[in-house]
Amino acid sequence: MADLTSNFVGIKSPNPFWLASAPPTDKKYNVERAFEAGWGGVVWKTLGEAGPPVVNVNGPRYGAIWGADRRLAGLNNIELITDRDLEINLQEMKEVKQNWPDRALVASLMVPCEEEPWKRILDRVLETGCDGVELNFGCPHGMSERGMGAAVGQVPEYIQMVVEWCKKHSNLPVITKLTPNITDVRYPARAAKNGGTDAVSLINTINSIVSIDLDQMAPIPTIDGKGTHGGYCGPAVKPIALNMVGEIARDKETAGLPISGIGGITTWRDAAEYIALGCGNVQVCTAAMTYGFKIVQEMIEGLSNYMDEKGYKSIEDFRGMAVPNVTDWQYLNLNYVTKAKINQDLCISCGRCHIACEDTSHQAITNMVDGVRKFEVIDEECVGCNLCVNVCPVDNCITMEEMTAGSDPRTQKPIDREYANWTTHPNNPMAAVEPAE
Amino acid sequence: MATSNASIDIKAGRLSPDQYSKNFEDIHAPLTRHEAIVEADRCYFCYDAPCMTACPTSIDIPMFIREIATGNPNGSAKTIFEQNIMGGMCARVCPTETLCEEVCVRETAEGKPVKIGLLQRYATDHYMADIGSQPFERAASTGKKIAIVGAGPAGLSCAHRSAMHGHDVTVFEAREKAGGLNEFGIAAYKSTDDFAAAEVDFITSIGGIEIKYGTALGKDVLLEDLIETYDAVFIGAGLPYVNDLSIDGDDADNCIDAVKYIAELRQSDDLSKLPVGRDVVVIGGGMTAIDIATQIKLLGAENVTICYRRSADAMGASAYEQEVAQTNGVTIRHWLQPKALHVDGNMVNAIELEYTSGTNGSLSGTGETITLKADQVFKAIGQTPDDTPFTKTGIELVKGRIGVDENRKTSHAKVWAGGDCVAGGEDLTVASVEDGKIAAEHIHKTLMG
Repeated sequence: MADLTSNFVGIKSPNPFWLASAPPTDKKYNVERAFEAGWGGVVWKTLGEAGPPVVNVNGPRYGAIWGADRRLAGLNNIELITDRDLEINLQEMKEVKQNWPDRALVASLMVPCEEEPWKRILDRVLETGCDGVELNFGCPHGMSERGMGAAVGQVPEYIQMVVEWCKKHSNLPVITKLTPNITDVRYPARAAKNGGTDAVSLINTINSIVSIDLDQMAPIPTIDGKGTHGGYCGPAVKPIALNMVGEIARDKETAGLPISGIGGITTWRDAAEYIALGCGNVQVCTAAMTYGFKIVQEMIEGLSNYMDEKGYKSIEDFRGMAVPNVTDWQYLNLNYVTKAKINQDLCISCGRCHIACEDTSHQAITNMVDGVRKFEVIDEECVGCNLCVNVCPVDNCITMEEMTAGSDPRTQKPIDREYANWTTHPNNPMAAVEPAE
Repeated sequence: MATSNASIDIKAGRLSPDQYSKNFEDIHAPLTRHEAIVEADRCYFCYDAPCMTACPTSIDIPMFIREIATGNPNGSAKTIFEQNIMGGMCARVCPTETLCEEVCVRETAEGKPVKIGLLQRYATDHYMADIGSQPFERAASTGKKIAIVGAGPAGLSCAHRSAMHGHDVTVFEAREKAGGLNEFGIAAYKSTDDFAAAEVDFITSIGGIEIKYGTALGKDVLLEDLIETYDAVFIGAGLPYVNDLSIDGDDADNCIDAVKYIAELRQSDDLSKLPVGRDVVVIGGGMTAIDIATQIKLLGAENVTICYRRSADAMGASAYEQEVAQTNGVTIRHWLQPKALHVDGNMVNAIELEYTSGTNGSLSGTGETITLKADQVFKAIGQTPDDTPFTKTGIELVKGRIGVDENRKTSHAKVWAGGDCVAGGEDLTVASVEDGKIAAEHIHKTLMG
């Protein structure tokens, strides 16, 4: 059986599944339930300065979008950092760490952007025996209006400065949590690295209005007739997060910087994808908030099973393996030709591939063959775009098959197995003679 | 076998009041909002959807289901009514298992079709409860007058579509109530809460439709006069007669026409007054056989046996309908045909049936027989037309039924026809609705040039 133990910037946990800093990690009761269920670690809900805690709204804090059968696809929230007293949180963290010494316990922190408050809070969390700190530069609502959270995360210079303070005033590993609400995530990642961070974690939630209540004419969640943008998370944000993780993983300046992957991780497969893109571990929130802590058992079993099947003995065996294959469009092989193939035994004749192709793509799928309802790919028209595969409700019914010999019936051009990308393409006015790689 | 009449056990009130209402409640509870949304989510919104093709009225099923899923059930109902103004009744009585649901791609994929019938009912029920009034408006009056014979599904459908086009419609109905088989036929548990009557009100509320009750064709009004007086005539007269068993004793008091008994049951305001035998035999294999057998069982008969002369597959009633009967405790026996009725006085007390065998459509008795005790025998072996009102007009008939073309036009220039009285029909409510709709469109086209 594969070894799932994780050592992330020196923080050890029995598996790479941590709960992200969020409502599920706000107090001892929840965190101990999570550990009982099998979670490898938690990042405690973000702590603020000593003194009167922040307050939350007393109305709804969450909004959502759903897929079929009301399966939660995306969740947004307008909750702030912990609204419990700092002393209570610190005491509970200490107790939890004592009770669960083998699990990772990381303190998430957010204080005003001045050196002294950071020094103070770092000193305090050290007392808990926690394994590291995560700097919350991501929270996009409420705290950012007070100059914290995303307001720091959106200014690379601030990130570097705060990270430097933290490294100066603490020996704990520092994980810098990045906001996705920026233009290019590489800049804050580079700043964190320059500041000496041990790792980055991403993504935090995305600025969002999840829907509008058409009776109240206000954003949801609605507080007395008004709404505000919240932080968006859940399965719907995973593609955005994966891209950002990939950008950092393959950036020359940040390559090799440890990454804790966050964003819509719901199954073992999601986690494996983040690891393949270079993440040393993953953090989960929405999936737990949707289904409860038990889901970690599926994640552990699924990841372990996958690794056994592939012969990976540890997370490190496959971590980052997909990174070299993330490239720019211009380096994609333009001689690679695929055609869709519809498995007629699996086809249930819903016709969605046909209408998608007919109305919105390349008119490359029949709806009638010899007077009978039948869906077949017309190779002469098929550009291999994959739309039909994505709209087909039956898994694996339509597949993309590579053409390896003969000619492409669409272009009449012979199949050329040689790699050739845009950099050398005759239509490219900037074309070079030899393909760049 | 000698059985004395003293042993014939027919009585009313076999059940407690509670049991009657329980037995005759809605066979399929309507979907709740949650159930409807979950079910609607299952629809794939197919292209050129097979369900839509299978629907005799071509309801845009993927669209109406999508409208339910997107929180617009009233819009969904309008989509249904556009093609089928009796969408509410069809949602209750259509054999969806042999129509839309049979070809649903999720039937192909998982053996579990989207519950199209129940979703249609959800939408139409929602509309009836929430809005209730006609979703359609009449066009400006054309001054054209259309006579319609029969206020059943075909006639009402034709009347509604014709009124919508601005024609003035007069419906001649032999009975004192409209609805045809929706009101007088089909099983009570498929049309609860007087739905058939409510639907008639809904349809006629478009205006421009006058129904003359108690006016039978050939008796109170003549077809030739209608042709003379009106710009167009639509015949949706149904089938007035039932087939006899053609054996001695067929006219015994307790050898009963199933259609007539069901009509009485449907009109009864007290089911405990209906006479019910202890041992009941039903002859036939269609929907009427299923409906009478199931209902007589639900009225408290102890042993109810349907005897059908061919195989289960050959039955007119779908496998699902057979299952409904069997689930309710009816026994279905195949390869048996009536041979003799044991009659004492004017009462049957048993029926002798001969085993049959057959291949490739030919059927013959084996000579071997079985006798079943019967306190009641119900005849449900098909209905037949009455062609006498048509003969004088020279309308072409096919085996007593009216011949029509694809526009539901008869051989007479001013006469259209639809529903069960035409040749080659499917004997389904939904098919009758389609006949009426197509005829109305063609009448409109013909009258308006």
